[in-house]
Amino acid sequence: MIPTISATGLGRRYRDEVALDNISFVIEPGSVTGLLGRNGAGKTTLMRIITGQEFPTSGEIRVFGEHPAENDPVLRRMIFVREEQNYPDLRVEAAIRVASWFYPNWNDELATQLLADFGLPRRRRIRKLSRGMRSAVGIVIGLAARAELTLFDEPYAGLDPAARQLFYDRLLTEISEYPRTVLLSTHLVDEVADLLEHIVMLDKGRVVLDAPADEVRGKAVTVSGQASVVEEFVAGRAIWHRQRLGGRAAVTVPGPFDDVALARARAMHLCLEPLSLQQLLVHASSKEQEKVSA
Amino acid sequence: MNHQPEGAVPALDEGTPLFVQIAEQLADDIVDGVLAEGTRVPSTNELAAFYRINPATAAKGINVLVEDAVLEKRRGIGMFVADGAREQLRAIRRKKFAEQYIDPMLAEARRLGIDGDTLVTLIRGSSSHNGGDTA
Repeated sequence: MIPTISATGLGRRYRDEVALDNISFVIEPGSVTGLLGRNGAGKTTLMRIITGQEFPTSGEIRVFGEHPAENDPVLRRMIFVREEQNYPDLRVEAAIRVASWFYPNWNDELATQLLADFGLPRRRRIRKLSRGMRSAVGIVIGLAARAELTLFDEPYAGLDPAARQLFYDRLLTEISEYPRTVLLSTHLVDEVADLLEHIVMLDKGRVVLDAPADEVRGKAVTVSGQASVVEEFVAGRAIWHRQRLGGRAAVTVPGPFDDVALARARAMHLCLEPLSLQQLLVHASSKEQEKVSA
Repeated sequence: MNHQPEGAVPALDEGTPLFVQIAEQLADDIVDGVLAEGTRVPSTNELAAFYRINPATAAKGINVLVEDAVLEKRRGIGMFVADGAREQLRAIRRKKFAEQYIDPMLAEARRLGIDGDTLVTLIRGSSSHNGGDTA
């Protein structure tokens, strides 16, 4: 099967700044992937290259097996919903109609339903909408396009938690009923963690994690208990973080832990708490410098 | 691959893969009789919507139980609880009972200086309070 996206040694340089540094990864058809990383990690640059809006300065990008740039048949199979997207000064319903001309799998019923779900006034000009409502327009278009490859780049600016939950729920229903490949960049990591099948984490233009979501759970663990016992248990593992309070210690180390190790932890009265995806992101992007200071 | 649905390690629950947790939830319902043998279990999409998880993850959870022959696929209609599934799950759980419940209890008892006889008395007392075996 041809991967939906494959990047090989991809790089993007702006004068003396490196936005993407030798990135390689593969996105399989029908998967939901979280593209995670801090601001400036290179997520948007990567998405712009995937959608043919920008050229790599080295390496190669393939979408549906082809070069995306200036490739209309490929571009019509994907939709890119950006943060703070700029729309021409149209009424909401006109913007929806224009989008419907471009995407072959567009579903009008779904668009109408989503407009109602998000409480969007069809006749209002987009410029007059609140930030959250403008984000909702992007989400409606992104879902109703039913494009084979759907990219969302932080699509929820100004959306309140209830509206974001609505987005996640509709996204879930859509991928259940009309499977497609989704690449979702977000910094509200824990909100979407359970929706993701695969994680690609960027830091400073590099891929620091590329793994199935199942494997990421329990990837790192904070071990806490009596300091000397904790230290004995984590001996030989890379220390990501270490905290002490009196005789107690909490040390974050990468897994995995087999059954023997877990039984040993129980016998030693240690508490093992896995890092959430959000915490993992924080550690993965600061690991380098902690290694130096540890 | 041997993902035992009953193999939850309490200390690492948050780190248990989601699909294993889905399999455990279904297995719990079968053991409790909420999902009787021969009844249809929720579809992948129903599970995904209910737990707000990726449908592929829900499918993986169901597959764990299909591989263990706890669930069976009936073509065109869905997944059903297999005959004998409840007893099969109970047997697996009995095997793991000591490791999951008794060993940690003994460890804590030792830590608190509760000797074996006292422990047995405590269990007897607790058992009569709670009405003993209900199964």
